[in-house]
Amino acid sequence: MKTLKNTLFLVLATVVFSACSSDDDNPLPVNEEEVITTLTATLTPVGGGASITLQSLDLDGDGPNVPVITVSSPLAVNTTYNGSLELLNETESPAESINEEIEEEDDEHQFFFQASNAIATFTYVDYDENGNPVGLEFTATTAATAGSGNITITLRHEPSKDATGVSDGDITNAGGETDFQAIFPVTLQ
Amino acid sequence: MKYYIMILCCCVFSWSHSQNCNSNFSGEVHDFHDGTPISNAVIYIENINKYTTTDVDGKFSVESLCNTVITIEVSHLACETKRLEVKIEGDTYLEINLEHHIEELSEVKVNAVSSTKITKTSQETILKSETIDRFSSLNLGDALKQVSGVSSINTGSTIVKPVINGLHSSRIIVMTNGVRLQDQEWGIEHAPNIDLNTAGSINVIKGANALAYGGDAIGGVIVLKPSKISLKDSLYGKTILSGHTNGRGFNLNTSLTKTYKKGWYVGAQASMKRFGDYEAPDYNLTNTGLNSKGFSINGGFKTFEKGFNVYYSYLDNEIAILRASHIGNIEDLVNAINSPEPLVINDFSYDIDAPKQDVTHHVFKTEFYKRFKKFGRLDVQYDYQNNHRYEYDVRVGDDKDKPAIDLTLKTHTLKTSVKLDAKSNFTFRFGVNAGYQNNFANPDTGVRRLIPDYDKYDFGAFVISDLRINNNINIDFGLRYDYNQIDAKKFYLTSRWEERGYDVDFSDIVIEDLDTQLLTNPKFEYHNISASTGVSFKINDKNSILLNYGLSNRAPNPSELFSDGLHHSAARIELGDLRMKKETSNRVSATYSYQNTRLSLSAEAFYNHINDYIFIEPTGTEQTNRGAFPVWSYNQTNAALYGLDLTANYTINTHWFFKNKSSYIKGNDLSQNEDLIDIPSMKTVNILGYSNKKWLHFNTELQSELVFHQNDYPNNNFEVYIPTTEETVEVDISTTPPTYHLLHLQSDITLNLSEKTDLNIGLNITNIFNTNYRENLNRLRYFADDLGRNFMLQLKLNY
Repeated sequence: MKTLKNTLFLVLATVVFSACSSDDDNPLPVNEEEVITTLTATLTPVGGGASITLQSLDLDGDGPNVPVITVSSPLAVNTTYNGSLELLNETESPAESINEEIEEEDDEHQFFFQASNAIATFTYVDYDENGNPVGLEFTATTAATAGSGNITITLRHEPSKDATGVSDGDITNAGGETDFQAIFPVTLQ
Repeated sequence: MKYYIMILCCCVFSWSHSQNCNSNFSGEVHDFHDGTPISNAVIYIENINKYTTTDVDGKFSVESLCNTVITIEVSHLACETKRLEVKIEGDTYLEINLEHHIEELSEVKVNAVSSTKITKTSQETILKSETIDRFSSLNLGDALKQVSGVSSINTGSTIVKPVINGLHSSRIIVMTNGVRLQDQEWGIEHAPNIDLNTAGSINVIKGANALAYGGDAIGGVIVLKPSKISLKDSLYGKTILSGHTNGRGFNLNTSLTKTYKKGWYVGAQASMKRFGDYEAPDYNLTNTGLNSKGFSINGGFKTFEKGFNVYYSYLDNEIAILRASHIGNIEDLVNAINSPEPLVINDFSYDIDAPKQDVTHHVFKTEFYKRFKKFGRLDVQYDYQNNHRYEYDVRVGDDKDKPAIDLTLKTHTLKTSVKLDAKSNFTFRFGVNAGYQNNFANPDTGVRRLIPDYDKYDFGAFVISDLRINNNINIDFGLRYDYNQIDAKKFYLTSRWEERGYDVDFSDIVIEDLDTQLLTNPKFEYHNISASTGVSFKINDKNSILLNYGLSNRAPNPSELFSDGLHHSAARIELGDLRMKKETSNRVSATYSYQNTRLSLSAEAFYNHINDYIFIEPTGTEQTNRGAFPVWSYNQTNAALYGLDLTANYTINTHWFFKNKSSYIKGNDLSQNEDLIDIPSMKTVNILGYSNKKWLHFNTELQSELVFHQNDYPNNNFEVYIPTTEETVEVDISTTPPTYHLLHLQSDITLNLSEKTDLNIGLNITNIFNTNYRENLNRLRYFADDLGRNFMLQLKLNY
């Protein structure tokens, strides 16, 4: 009799537990919070003139679609541009600015700018509280002769900013983790 | 039958109330199982110090007893001795049932260390409590490596998953105190959430032949049993305290059990473990500490005829994962592989920072059993498990302290089985189980779910039988049916849904379109049949063989079906496949054992053919805003695994002994005609030992562990363009680490502090020469060397 009671109790317990934990509500969607869907680099000629934008847009984040790279127009030779970066997470609505997060933790972040075929050189404009570069603001100076090449923009999280060459923009010893990386093919004319 | 439980009701007729010493006491002694009379059983009447024995019909009688309460002890060779109080009132008749199955006897014997095998014809090894105690401060996976043919797949040194004959994760069943562990075991970096210290013995069964536990254990079954409860009035316990130099850690485990002769018992156990950063020979392994806390309580009532058990255990493991292993994209992986040292090395610390895991696991179980005379035993069990897994990635901004994975897995299981053992040469057991599981992936993580919310329903039924032909031959058969249903609610990126071709094959399961994401409702059902048969044959006193065949089926696990996203520690995008079918294993094995007074030898061979074997392989690269990532997709192929495990023990003389444990395994992908990935290397362990009882029970062992380079691996290398160096490089993720050899020493002495208390002091040194090495099956081998030298001092107090 006791056996029967015990068994019955267990069966009941299972039914009750199961009933409580199953509900038909659909789960809520998750919009990736840290994904950088959009990076826009705006280059404004120091002497005045139209701005040029370089953009990498990847709305599906880690999904299979490749980022769409656009460069609004060729760069002019022998010109210095004031550059600024805008990073967005457009999976959220309204789009979330990633710039703020980087600014708040600027000692843990650094952008690196590289140009192939020596088409441009870059200098940092903004610095963190330790006097190390960040790279949300920068200047780009183009070469004297026309040509073409790639501009690569890389964001590293927790790089060794004190390592050799890193504060001058050399990524070789930077370490850290890559949070963003895009290659922009540009023409110089 | 009507005399059943006559012990309490034998006072039916009373002829006189005065002190009368003319009463006859007579009765019969029967075997509990089949009711046959037991002859030559000894009846001892304690009060008057008088003996009698039963005749061929099991009958006895004693004359001229006074009308009083007497205490009798009934004993018989190979039977459990029974003590009874009998009220004599005039002529008194009593039927006594004795239990004579030796197998069951060991469960009630005092201080029983002789653990029993679960199967008669499988490749089964038992780890006893002395071995388990030695690994008190380590993991289940570390202890199991004492079994030849069992290795481990690691993420660092604290996340250790057992590998049986090359198979792991969902292909292994772990049973703890009768409960099948449900702890997201599909994940390669999800170690079993078990505190080794809760086990009194561990049985390792290779292959899927223990069908009572499940039909999908293509690799094998690991059964942790609590320490045996003795039926006597006693209070006993054990405390183990150990300190380690590597990781500057300590471990404390203590247990206390109170038992009563009548069958009641209650026990409790608690343990805690704290380690800081471990060290490789040349550097600190930053962020590799551990903080583990657990306890369990166990109580119930136990006699031969009936009993129940209530058990609860809690375990919380907070495990840091090597900081340098968290990487951003493929370029970081290339940098890590090319760097001789980890890219992040800080000073020693006890801090546990991201990346880390924090997993809590609760097990609640209640069990009831009853034996029926001339029939067998009925078991009913209900268990509930709650597994909560947090995984923390290195994140930025507001999300810094937010977990990237937050999963709660709840499992209810109800099972019952009946074992018919009325005939001593034939046992038959059948049972059913039903389970419900719910997984909840918390959306507050702000990271798309790796594993979706799902409900899973399981039903299983099995029959197993065991036939003893004669003293030398045993045959067993088993058959099992399992039904699994999984009902998930999963979000897919629309782009991924289309890229996978699901929009063509699974358009009917979309329940909500959120523009960039789709909510889908995949529902899958699986029907699986498993079977097992084996024979054990004792050729003579020295030689015996086992032959065994097992058929098993495994339904794909949630990660094989649903994975879809970026895996940071591997810098790869992992993709499951909704089209995944179940995998089917046919495994044959043979064991030869030889034993004489000095040498015992066992050679275990197996061949496991798996149809539709599920594995993950690289299938290209994808470009994202983080850079390039290789894509690894789950696929199915036909595979064969085969190998040989050797165990030899040789007693040189009374003090010296030698042991060898070696294993060799090979894995082939038959469809693609290449090697399987993650196959354990050939390994041989040689042990020279010395023990001397006169020197405070001194034992010492020098262990040589030789692990060979794994020559057989698939080439999964790929080429990728590295923007910062403007080069295309080959990423070598395939080449396996070189051969390594480690020496370990362990020694201990035992001091008898009092009659019931002894203190065991152990000193172990692992990796004596501080050798640099990397292990093929450690997933962090790309980033750092394995552990350097460690001194461990362990105090074990038995009381």
